[in-house]
Amino acid sequence: MKKSVFLGALTVASIAAGASAAATLDDVKARGKLNCGVTTGLVGFAAPDANGKWEGFDVGVCRAVAAAVLGDANAVEFVPTTGKTRFTALASGEVDMLARNTTWTLSRDVDLKFDFVGVNYYDGQGFLVSKEMGVSSAKDLDGATVCIQTGTTTELNLADFFRANNISYEPVPIETNAEGQQQYLAGACDTYTTDASGLAATRATFEDPSAHVVLPEIISKEPLGPLVRHGDNEWGDIVRWTLNALISAEELGITSTNIGELSAAPGDNPEINRMLGTEGNLGEMLGLDADWAKRAIMAGGNYGELFAKNIGESTPIALARGLNAQWKDGGLIYSPPFR
Amino acid sequence: MTTITDPHQGQFRLSMLLYDSRYRSMTIQIVALIGFLMLLGWLLSNTAQNLADLGKEPSFRFMFEPAGYDINQRLLEYDSQDTHLRASLMGLLNTLLVAVLGCIAATIIGVVIGVLRLSPNWIISRLSAVYVEGFRNVPVLLWIVFIMAILIETLPQPRAFRSGDATMSFWESVAVTNRGVYIPEPLFSRSLGDVHVFGASSLRFDVSLDLLALLAVLIAGILTSVLIKRRADATQEATGVRPRTWHWRLGVVVVPFLVVMGILGFYLGYPELKGFNFRGGTHLRNSLIALWLALSLYTGAFIAEIVRAGILAVSKGQTEAAGALGLRPNRTMSLVILPQALRVIIPPLISNYLNLTKNSSLAIAVGYMDITGTLGGITMNQTGRELETVLLLMLVYLAISLTISAVMNWYNESVKLKER
Ligand SMILES: N[C@@H](CCC(=O)N[C@@H](CS)C(=O)NCC(=O)O)C(=O)O
Repeated sequence: MKKSVFLGALTVASIAAGASAAATLDDVKARGKLNCGVTTGLVGFAAPDANGKWEGFDVGVCRAVAAAVLGDANAVEFVPTTGKTRFTALASGEVDMLARNTTWTLSRDVDLKFDFVGVNYYDGQGFLVSKEMGVSSAKDLDGATVCIQTGTTTELNLADFFRANNISYEPVPIETNAEGQQQYLAGACDTYTTDASGLAATRATFEDPSAHVVLPEIISKEPLGPLVRHGDNEWGDIVRWTLNALISAEELGITSTNIGELSAAPGDNPEINRMLGTEGNLGEMLGLDADWAKRAIMAGGNYGELFAKNIGESTPIALARGLNAQWKDGGLIYSPPFR
Repeated sequence: MTTITDPHQGQFRLSMLLYDSRYRSMTIQIVALIGFLMLLGWLLSNTAQNLADLGKEPSFRFMFEPAGYDINQRLLEYDSQDTHLRASLMGLLNTLLVAVLGCIAATIIGVVIGVLRLSPNWIISRLSAVYVEGFRNVPVLLWIVFIMAILIETLPQPRAFRSGDATMSFWESVAVTNRGVYIPEPLFSRSLGDVHVFGASSLRFDVSLDLLALLAVLIAGILTSVLIKRRADATQEATGVRPRTWHWRLGVVVVPFLVVMGILGFYLGYPELKGFNFRGGTHLRNSLIALWLALSLYTGAFIAEIVRAGILAVSKGQTEAAGALGLRPNRTMSLVILPQALRVIIPPLISNYLNLTKNSSLAIAVGYMDITGTLGGITMNQTGRELETVLLLMLVYLAISLTISAVMNWYNESVKLKER
């Protein structure tokens, strides 16, 4: 039987068996492990390294949550999901949260009954083509064969874009990024389209990345962020504020190197003190201990460190901060205050 | 002296439900039934409760919302603004297409290989055995993916046709590329047009009047041809001489057909390289080819064994008797052995057709948009309606399977030994 039918049946079965226990936090604590849904492998965002250890920008979020809740950044069970299986996995309780290049949309938030806790990467959909094709704009793609991952916002944007521009295309549906890469490189499709960050990450793994370009048009808004099931607000708060802690840490200059010093005793910045638990009881409000944010930041560094280490300009993926710079630097990354 | 009395009619005691063999099986069955119903009730109420907790009331309204996604292989006209219902219909037609093509190809392969495996020629029978064992013992998913990989990696890209690295075959009419095979399509320059059925609803479709006209002429031709044969039989019966009629019988079928084709202005539309891809012609996508080939080769291996078993089940005396009458071996096979073997072959053949149809749901592995890929894939994912889509999907496969069984059972009735 086909995988998704099977997964669907599994969801049905697990819905039947009673999966939607409200207190995810208790479940995670009892289990001693955080189940985190990630991609099946997108270098820079979430992929196992040579030793089988999951690494990446999205993985960093999972580890920060695990560190905050369980005190151990390695107490994470990474569950690879495809674009199509991810929501089933989350809804059925197979994972506690998703950190998987997932776009925040109204229907996912409202109709699919999820809660997006924030945005960790502002993105948009682009097209990857090989240079020798001589295409300079996405509007020149009339009649092209396009590889797309099914079950994504990508395929819906693509249909809208070609319709709006009154040009035709031939979609080739694929399940995973790896499949898309294989088909694209073999020339079974003229262009591969997905989030521009995903394209950059995919291109970085090519033998000759310079032979391929991402076309200038960005045809959609893709705010990517972690999400949890709707209805368990306590758990949603924990994931939301863990992400905010990483973002605020960068803004406030808290890094994995100076955090030991900053958290040893209350300093002269009250917000740092509140966040790191040397003052006030923010941790307690969340149902965690006072050191939760300290551990989250120590897990892989603040937002800026995670970005630089996994997808930043010094990595092969070489993404500029752009929209994802702190608001003070002209970007959109902004955390509400810790108080 | 003893008299035979009725069995003792003692009064009924509760313990008899368990200890009396007359009641025991009833008791067990009723207890099992109650248990089953309770389990079912628990599952249903629990599902409803949990869905309510999630805030998801079961509802099929999403089927009438716009689907929003495109489908590459569509047998009817469809665009992304159509409903999920219509997208599912496209998927269903794709499922049926590959299932029908697959069943036909698998039957042909199976019969040929099954007969060859019994060949006295050592090499031929060994080769057939290698085929059967090779395909039967490797999961069909691997064959599907493997064939797809070969198609993608070894065939030329459309671009190669422009630079001259690849050329079209069959007098410039067929293009074999790594995106599929483009073949000429039949077109009519003086077409009669289409009739639109079901207006603008999700189930609308067009019927080509050209096709109807051609079908009508063909059927009329065949009926006339049958009439001529009847006449010839009657003449032969009466006079002992059979009039030469084959040219008439061929003529009444072919000539009117060609005339109508001419009136409609029949011509072939050839695929042409334009822009990124070939345009025009019929595009057999490599997802369809890979799935079709893999399913028919895989199921063909099972059918070959069924055919071999069916042939071996016909007594050797039949072959010897046919030989004694002077029939050549291939006529013995087609006139004496196969018709009798069919009776043994049909029932297991049905279950193989059913398997093929259900295995076609592996289609998404190569991106073939069957019903599992549309309704059970993209629609399920985009709407988050797991329960509803999976239920619908199960109903659809159930309906297809029951239909195949019904048709094949009817056929089986008609070939099975008539006892008089
Ligand atoms: N942001 C889009 C697309 C997400 C998506 O599928 N992204 C791709 C490439 S950026 C991916 O993560 N692929 C990894 C995989 O195949 O597991 C959505 O949420 O629907």
